[in-house]
Amino acid sequence: MEFLVIQTLNGLSYGLLLFLLSAGLTLIFSMMGVLNFAHASFYMVGAYFGYQITRWIGFWPGVVLAPLLVGIIGMLVERYGLRAVHKHGHVAELLFTFGLAYLIEEAVHLIWGRAAVDYSVPASLDGALFTLFGSSFPLYRAFMAATAIAMLGAIYLVLTRTRTGLVIQAALSHPQMVEALGHNVPRVFMLTFGGGSALAGLAGAVGGPAFVTDPGMAAAIGPIVFVIVVVGGLGSLAGAFIASVLIGLLQTFSVALNWSLAGLLDIAAPADTFLGEVLNLTLAQAAPMLPYLIMVLMLIVRPRGLMGTRET
Amino acid sequence: MTTLRFRPLDVGRWFVWGTFAVTLALLPLVFRQGFALTLLCQMGIMIIFALSYNMLLGQTGLLSFGHAVYMGLGAYFAIHALGLAGAGRLMLPVTLVPLAGGVCAALVGALVGWVTTRRAGVAFAMISLGIGEMVHAMSLMFPAFFGGEGGVSADRVVGAPVLGISYGPAIQVYYLIAFWTFISVAAMFALTRTPLGRIANAVRDNPERVEFIGYSAHAVRFRMFVLSAFFAGLAGGLAAINYEIVTAESVSTVRSGAVLLAAYIGGIGVFFGPAIGAVIFTYFQTAMSGITKAWLLYLGLLFIAIVMFAPGGLAMIVLQNLRVLRAGRLGRLLPHYGWAAAAALVALAGFAGLVELIYHTAAAGAAPEMRVFWTTVRPFEPGAWLVFAALLAAGATGYRAAWRRVRSAWDAVQREIGPA
Repeated sequence: MEFLVIQTLNGLSYGLLLFLLSAGLTLIFSMMGVLNFAHASFYMVGAYFGYQITRWIGFWPGVVLAPLLVGIIGMLVERYGLRAVHKHGHVAELLFTFGLAYLIEEAVHLIWGRAAVDYSVPASLDGALFTLFGSSFPLYRAFMAATAIAMLGAIYLVLTRTRTGLVIQAALSHPQMVEALGHNVPRVFMLTFGGGSALAGLAGAVGGPAFVTDPGMAAAIGPIVFVIVVVGGLGSLAGAFIASVLIGLLQTFSVALNWSLAGLLDIAAPADTFLGEVLNLTLAQAAPMLPYLIMVLMLIVRPRGLMGTRET
Repeated sequence: MTTLRFRPLDVGRWFVWGTFAVTLALLPLVFRQGFALTLLCQMGIMIIFALSYNMLLGQTGLLSFGHAVYMGLGAYFAIHALGLAGAGRLMLPVTLVPLAGGVCAALVGALVGWVTTRRAGVAFAMISLGIGEMVHAMSLMFPAFFGGEGGVSADRVVGAPVLGISYGPAIQVYYLIAFWTFISVAAMFALTRTPLGRIANAVRDNPERVEFIGYSAHAVRFRMFVLSAFFAGLAGGLAAINYEIVTAESVSTVRSGAVLLAAYIGGIGVFFGPAIGAVIFTYFQTAMSGITKAWLLYLGLLFIAIVMFAPGGLAMIVLQNLRVLRAGRLGRLLPHYGWAAAAALVALAGFAGLVELIYHTAAAGAAPEMRVFWTTVRPFEPGAWLVFAALLAAGATGYRAAWRRVRSAWDAVQREIGPA
């Protein structure tokens, strides 16, 4: 029982963090048609900025300043990079962000080295929130979830209650019409890209201490975020939310379960053959593969994703 | 490409392919050191791999982020075939082992491609990424086939030498790779001239219209995908023979990204473009990585520069200048090129110097002195930083001025020649 509760909470907090990432990615995609390969790199930059500011000033200024800085970098990238590539089409834009991901990873190598940095949970957030039958739920995980929920609320309010938000929503579906009405659509694009990057930066600054902060973190989480956006449906924030929580729970639960086909069928399979390995494979061992399996199945069965409105 | 055409004998074509074959045969006589031979072997493998990738991206319009799956699986099948042949359980000469890798990769490609090639564009790109990640994750799950962390290794010397060829010495492996490179490049080029190759280009440009004239876009994409997987697997088979070990790294997304980088830098719009990219990429990966730790940074910058300013890649730059040369007007551009190149070199030297300084000072316990460009500098004093920053600024300013002149001279020449 306590296993179920604690794992569910862990899965939820991880899923909410994933949503911070996928929300930005899906906003950028639905508005600009750009699948941003460098999105997870912004997440990594957020974590490293958070680490650096924590060392200089403190954790809390880091959590606030790091996303802002990442947002500014995102806007500069859109203004001076993506906008120039736009005329060559969507594939060129995708390739641009693909190259950018390489550059950011190399820049991180250059500045912070190849080893993981010591970006740890601050003393004020260290410890357990509550303990249930001997299993504890860390306070920091709760903080992570709370931040994500607060940002979720903020995005919702900005998109539905502010003038800019309404223009963004309109530009999602009818960019030419919005431009014809006299709005500066390229500026809206820049703001969206910056905002999405800032969300990724926030996820990094908050998630860095919970996980590991090293130059491989972008490559580790990037594909997962893509899975979420595709499974949820490209361009759908609600779909991204559902898929984030789903994948968060799936990853948290599957690594803790030792079910295998041989166990379920109650047979003894020989260990040294390929078939035996398939049958003996536990869910925990197969965990890294599951999100991609779900994505491939989803794209085959329902290409528009859970909540998507358009075919990818 | 060439205008030399004499029937019934196409002199131009024989000349190009003859030169290619002779170059492959003579290269090891020019580059005699062991290191150069290793480099040449890797380049040959990468050329096949990059060209097979371009069968998808350049010719059929399928952007794949998981092409390493087919090269990697081909390598795994080849190394197992090599192991079985060594144990005497499979009658297969080593010369044909790459073919086994190719056939097995094509079978996997047929299985996967039947589903994935139903769709093009972003959907195909995403599925290929997902499948790439999935296979990479699987490679650590099934040690019976993938060999776990340590990979699978085998001895490429099988049985008694045939005609004195045992594939023990590196030079014999080089000629094996050169042989298959020539065959593959010729086959892939021939494919572009077949009806399938032509209709693949049509599917790339306008799949809807292809359907209207009675072709199935899915069937065309599927065939190109399987053929591309075959050549990727063949490259993997050669890699298995060359290294005698295959690890999980060979199916990783890093390799998939590498081939995309190589093909795009070379130019996906021209048949031989990816081959140029493959040579440059391999050079960066092996030779440059010995000179600087930041080689991937420079390669990434080159890639971004190509995406932003020359989407046709290096091959297109070469072809456009050949057109100017044929019109007899390249001489007017060369002085401007010279100035731009000189300025770019100065800027690059400044940038590289700064990168090296940052790398050096960021490392823990860095020495107070270091060598950059054959001189000793003191990275913890401002002098060197100022010099490199000044070089970068001066080079960049000079380049902007020179580039404006290149631009106006180029436009003038293009106006005179007329549209292509």
